[in-house]
Amino acid sequence: MNKKLIFLIVAVLILFFLPLIYKASFFIHVLILIFMFAMASQAWDLVGGYTGQISFGNAIFFGIGAYTSTLLYMHWSVTPWIGMLVGGVVAVIVALIVGYPAFKLKGHYFLLATIGIGEIIRTLFLNWPAVGGAQGIFIPFEKESFWNFQFHSSKLPYYYIILTLFILTFLVSYFVEKSKLGFYFKAIREDEDAAKAMGIHTQKFKFVAFAISAFLTAITGTFYAQYLMYIDPNSVMPFMLSTQIVLVAILGGMGYLFGPLLGSLVLIPLSELTRVLLGSSGSGFHLVIYGLLIMLISMYKPAGLAGWIQEWNFNKKKAAGGEVDGTTINS
Amino acid sequence: MDIILQIIVSGLLIGFVYSLIAIGLTLIYGVMDIVNFAHGAFLMLGMFTAYWLNQLFNFDPLLSLPISIIAIYLLGWLSYKFVVNKVLNAPPVAQIFVTFGLMVFLENLALFLWSPDFRIIKDTFVSGDFNIGEIMFNIPKLIAALGSVLITGAIFWFMSKTRTGRALKATAINRDAAKLMGINTDKMFALAWGIGGGAVGAAGALLTNFYYIFPTVGATFNLLAFVTVALGGFGSIQGALVAGLLIGIIENLAGVFIGPAFKYAVVFAIFILVIVIRPNGLMGGK
Repeated sequence: MNKKLIFLIVAVLILFFLPLIYKASFFIHVLILIFMFAMASQAWDLVGGYTGQISFGNAIFFGIGAYTSTLLYMHWSVTPWIGMLVGGVVAVIVALIVGYPAFKLKGHYFLLATIGIGEIIRTLFLNWPAVGGAQGIFIPFEKESFWNFQFHSSKLPYYYIILTLFILTFLVSYFVEKSKLGFYFKAIREDEDAAKAMGIHTQKFKFVAFAISAFLTAITGTFYAQYLMYIDPNSVMPFMLSTQIVLVAILGGMGYLFGPLLGSLVLIPLSELTRVLLGSSGSGFHLVIYGLLIMLISMYKPAGLAGWIQEWNFNKKKAAGGEVDGTTINS
Repeated sequence: MDIILQIIVSGLLIGFVYSLIAIGLTLIYGVMDIVNFAHGAFLMLGMFTAYWLNQLFNFDPLLSLPISIIAIYLLGWLSYKFVVNKVLNAPPVAQIFVTFGLMVFLENLALFLWSPDFRIIKDTFVSGDFNIGEIMFNIPKLIAALGSVLITGAIFWFMSKTRTGRALKATAINRDAAKLMGINTDKMFALAWGIGGGAVGAAGALLTNFYYIFPTVGATFNLLAFVTVALGGFGSIQGALVAGLLIGIIENLAGVFIGPAFKYAVVFAIFILVIVIRPNGLMGGK
């Protein structure tokens, strides 16, 4: 355990100093995207990976976060930091409303319902003039400051903010996994009827998972809005964004604490690199590779990269004749 | 009154195409309990088959129809043999995501190869409109509907009158019992993917007479096909037929009375309402 803690502290320190050593703006941009997707995906994993309810509509929470903070700022000059929290609360309320019909459904039906609801909400925003409609909203430039959540001279502050937010999200996942809540979630994933028979209020805990997931995803959305300074329904709540969030988690390993980060570490640099190498003619080529990777992972390693690493560790320990903790394999 | 009649006619015409697409999807699900997320991508490739045959050899979409059916039949068959085959005993999540990966792969490969441009086939053999009373009929849509009805009929006939079709049905009802009766279920799975692909390949070619052709064209049809299948009941071919027609009409009603931008949103809202009230769909028995 102590070894693990030291490893984590070293990792965080490296992440903290990395952009100070290698300062290229593009490099920092990629790091920011990595942690942004890792965070959204980690939030998704609480409901998708741990509780087993595959949502393809998480982009709506992302969008709600982005829109809430932006609108509060535009109309009442509320700092995005407060807007971020309000956005989280709004997302939780929407999650509870959406969950009401959606959680009556299982498997494919739940998945389809989340896609449908996502498309309905996106359509509403596209045709709603008060929130900028299809044209979207430009966030006006203000003086660079932490309070304004705007930094123009360097990307570094954005990096440290998203790194911190990601670590907080990771800690939430960690404590959920270690607590009774995590066991409830996993019990629902493995066999909902059995979980119910054991006295777990399955419906309630699905709502809990969805609400935490929505809150954290909305916070990612606010960050994204402040980072790009422009939002519209097709960039902050499209189906493709929901998909990307899910892809990161599948590749990394659903239901594993490190899964989303691993997935993000592979997929985001891949997409940014192909964008640079192939230019605009190759736009979308990274998705060709994504598609192939997802197929291969599903066919040969359904537990994702994190599952693969754990399996490898497990076999190594077993080969060495050491003590094996049987509970760590949970494919 | 005329407007209502017109809406119903237009809705039915496109509805038959929706039904054909959904029948392909529900057939695969019925036989092997796997949802094909790449169905819309198959449709897109069917459309591009007709498009390239037109560009390269000046084939009319109607002439390309049989070729598109065969091409996408093969694509479906190959997808089963090389991809889906590998996840038959995998956890359900892997089964969901494998065809999802296939969709992302095919759609973006098309984007990469052919650019996101919208294309159209010019000077098709069928074009124009005619009127019966006040009701206008668009000829390409009428042909698409007729073609869809014919192919849907052929699938119904195949499923109920031929030995192979009945074997397919038997596999859908009980995989293990079918195996014990000497049915090669692996062959049946491959056949279901082939027919599912063929159906959507036909729909694709028929659509090119009046619809834009572009790499992401499948996304909307994919969602509509899922909605149709869920509404009709997963695995129910009759259900898919009825639901497809209903969705065609609802979409047109919403387009006229609420606004074209909202037509799919209304379809999705009704879909969610229906599956919450009746989770097995209109005709689902499972």
